[in-house]
Amino acid sequence: MALDEFFVTGEPLIYAGMVSIALVTSAIIFLLTYFKKWGWLWREWLTTVDHKKIGIMYILSALVMLFRGGADALMMRTQLAFPGLEFLDSQHYNEIFTTHGTVMIIFMAMPFLIGLMNIIVPLQIGARDFAFPFVNAVSFWAFFLGAMLFNISFVIGGSPDAGWTSYTPLAGAAMSPGPGQNFYLMGLQLSGIGTLATGINLMVTILKMRAPGMKLFHMPIFTWSTLVTCFIIVFAFPILTVALALMTIDRIFGAQFFTLTGEGLPMMWANLFWMWGHPEVYIVILPAFGIFSEVIATFAKKRLFGYNAMVWSMIIIALLSFLVWVHHFFTMGAGAFVNSVFSVSTMLIAVPTGVKIFNWLATLYKSRIEFTVPMLWSLAFIPSFILGGVTGVMLGMAAADYQFHNSYFLIAHFHYVLIAGTVFACFAGLVYWYPKMFGHKMNERIGKWAFWLFLIGFHICFFPQYFLGLDGMPRRLFITNIAEWLPLNVISTVGAFGMGAGFAVFVFNIYYSYRYSEREKTGDAWGHGRTLEWSTTTPVPFYNFATVPYVDEIDPYVRMKEEGKTTFDEKKLKPIHMPSYSGQPIIMMSFFALASFALVFEWIPLAIAGLLGGVACMAFRSFDYDDGYYVQVDEIKRTERKARGL
Amino acid sequence: MKFKPLPKWLGLLPLSLIIFLSGCGQMTVLNPKGPVAQSQYDLIMYSLWFMLGIIVVVFGLFLYMVVKYRDRPGRDESDYDPNLHGNTMIEIVWTVIPLIIIVLLSVPTVTTLFDLEEPPVTENQTTEEPLVIHATTADWKWFFSYPEQGIETVNYLHIPTDRPIEFKLTSADAMTALWIPALGGQKYNMAGMMTKLYLQADEEGVYDGRNSNFNGEGFAAQTFKVHAESEDNFNAWVEDIKNESPELTMDQYNELLKPGLTEKMSFSSTHLEYVQHHSNEGMGYTVERFRELYGEKLHLDADEVEHQETFD
Repeated sequence: MALDEFFVTGEPLIYAGMVSIALVTSAIIFLLTYFKKWGWLWREWLTTVDHKKIGIMYILSALVMLFRGGADALMMRTQLAFPGLEFLDSQHYNEIFTTHGTVMIIFMAMPFLIGLMNIIVPLQIGARDFAFPFVNAVSFWAFFLGAMLFNISFVIGGSPDAGWTSYTPLAGAAMSPGPGQNFYLMGLQLSGIGTLATGINLMVTILKMRAPGMKLFHMPIFTWSTLVTCFIIVFAFPILTVALALMTIDRIFGAQFFTLTGEGLPMMWANLFWMWGHPEVYIVILPAFGIFSEVIATFAKKRLFGYNAMVWSMIIIALLSFLVWVHHFFTMGAGAFVNSVFSVSTMLIAVPTGVKIFNWLATLYKSRIEFTVPMLWSLAFIPSFILGGVTGVMLGMAAADYQFHNSYFLIAHFHYVLIAGTVFACFAGLVYWYPKMFGHKMNERIGKWAFWLFLIGFHICFFPQYFLGLDGMPRRLFITNIAEWLPLNVISTVGAFGMGAGFAVFVFNIYYSYRYSEREKTGDAWGHGRTLEWSTTTPVPFYNFATVPYVDEIDPYVRMKEEGKTTFDEKKLKPIHMPSYSGQPIIMMSFFALASFALVFEWIPLAIAGLLGGVACMAFRSFDYDDGYYVQVDEIKRTERKARGL
Repeated sequence: MKFKPLPKWLGLLPLSLIIFLSGCGQMTVLNPKGPVAQSQYDLIMYSLWFMLGIIVVVFGLFLYMVVKYRDRPGRDESDYDPNLHGNTMIEIVWTVIPLIIIVLLSVPTVTTLFDLEEPPVTENQTTEEPLVIHATTADWKWFFSYPEQGIETVNYLHIPTDRPIEFKLTSADAMTALWIPALGGQKYNMAGMMTKLYLQADEEGVYDGRNSNFNGEGFAAQTFKVHAESEDNFNAWVEDIKNESPELTMDQYNELLKPGLTEKMSFSSTHLEYVQHHSNEGMGYTVERFRELYGEKLHLDADEVEHQETFD
């Protein structure tokens, strides 16, 4: 393969991308070398199995991906507002909307939430790490390397351009030749395996490692949302894994599962994709609901209203999420009966979701609302999400959906639920738990600027799109070529840049707060913490809890504070069993990443070598008898006394 | 704590929705030109009232809670109840009311769904025999074959008013969708399948039609104009095409199937006897012949799309 086929050529924007990647990489390498930080990076981060550090790495990667997906979005909005500029041609635009969708869902929303789960769930249930800390590290590196593989596609080989749904036959080898679509398949496959492993890992952690006395119905609501999400992951992700594998075999080895030739079944892909894809939507929204519940209860300074109803509504949503996938293609001609069934099942989801909305409102009733930044994100969620929810019901009405489908009405709807739901929750959760992670809060004043810019920008960006849809503007259109559509598109673009500004201020706030924020002195940063994560010291010691409290109620930390109890009871100290750090996860997944990269370019011998390397690592691991180590009582005492100023 | 004016302006959103809607006479979907679009419009408007109701209730409650229960100095301690955590009665109410709304929305949805499977019936006339038109897509053009009339057009469509049109949809390659928003909702064209879509125009006019399902580089240019005209004018047009247009040879049809853009064309015969794209034998027809052409880039930008003439 010639070099000019390997690298993408001829696009100034992509050359700029190459240059900036080269510059950033050399800058990082220079800084690490100059400050002699390579050893630190390897010992403290690359080999870590600590759930808190892995969580931080997830969140950092997700923020980078949010930047990437956001940059994609701004390029698209620029193109649509200024069709005369010829900023992007059709092919380039198609690549950008494909990577925007894939990056935002797979490499931004999920890792952000999984990052928060990583850090918070063990702390909320009184556990010292995941059930399988080694697997947790493997999962992270699978996700991270999968994301990197997907992201280099725009400079090497060419990006996928068949939409994040990657419908066959368009995405098949015949109509999308070249490595682009393979990047999609292999990137998602690699990171999807990581997600599946995390789902199992967290599920076992929550089911088996709760504090003594903590029943399932004592668990904090965020932990509940994580548990329900894990069940969805475990049942949905294998479908994606299989579907991706089938399409990979189609494209690379010439099978005919989804092809037009050989009597393949192209429409089977759409079914398989959405049998995973719809539950996937709930994988990114249920944890968001969990975060909002935590934040609202904390800053309303009141118990969450209808805890049991909240839990059961999540379980019902999870079950229904597997029964609605056909609503993504009502227009496939399955007939009135099939469409009726899926129409009704889709609308039914509004009931448990509505129950949750009313429960949040009732939590505010007779409360004392403190308008901190995480609370602002959570409050803004309610009215914003409602606008996405009701239009979701409208889309669920199949007969009307024939007019909404594939239009900007749909685009507006799912951005209203995914941004107002998932993205607001990511920001709320990050700001809320930030002191737990980094030992200082994010600046409130700058945080409010970021919030208002993003919120107002969001509504300006997406509200007009409902009307563009009703005027017949289809999604994935690279040019605004009907004059009537232009004004609303310009408004929408202004809003998008508002969101971009909000995000920039948010990121600046990370830097500003690192420099200037007051360092936390207590574990209960907001003063109103209700759950166990606030009962530890800040920064959280690597073993989390010196002594794990006995829990037999919801919001245990409220009573602990009243009774003056802490997670440090000198009389009960025992040596703590902790897992050893290991370089194996990153090495193992690097081999699999190498195999995936080779498969993208269909270099079979290299792919086999990579796979063998990965399997060899797994074999090596199975003879690895490192059972971890014990933290001695003396060391725990020293650490706790210092942290608590005793 | 000083009260920050929280999303108060959000309360204006439903109002702006109403203002927007009152000015939406021009919005295509909300300005139906035929019975199918009309029934979908009716359903959308019916659902919109429920949605507005829900928005008003939730926004109202939200503003009430946020304003009344904000933490402010000198607030009455008696209306702070940190342990309030449930009320079975009210929880049943807010579960049952949404359920009722769902039922009220489901009934017209389901009846409309079944109605749309049949040719539209208008009150003052008996159902006319539908006019059958095969709508076939190939990257990135539309073929409209009129088997009764024995004619075929490329990238434009003529239909008679006040008569149901039965579109038989299929594709020569990627999945597409026929969407004429003024006349009604869309349905997919798929190779190896044939889907059926009934539409009808009640008013004469020229409407925008397009492929609404992304299918690659020429997607934006895959549009067509629908000329809805009286029965007489339609028949005259058919006669013109029959007399003046050339026959569509198999070679020429194969040439047209190659991925790319073409101008409007008309023929005095159809492609239907050459290949059945919706059959198992025919679904791979195009890909088998022109596989190597799909890798070629169009480098389509604004100019090429403008040249399509379909946006005049």
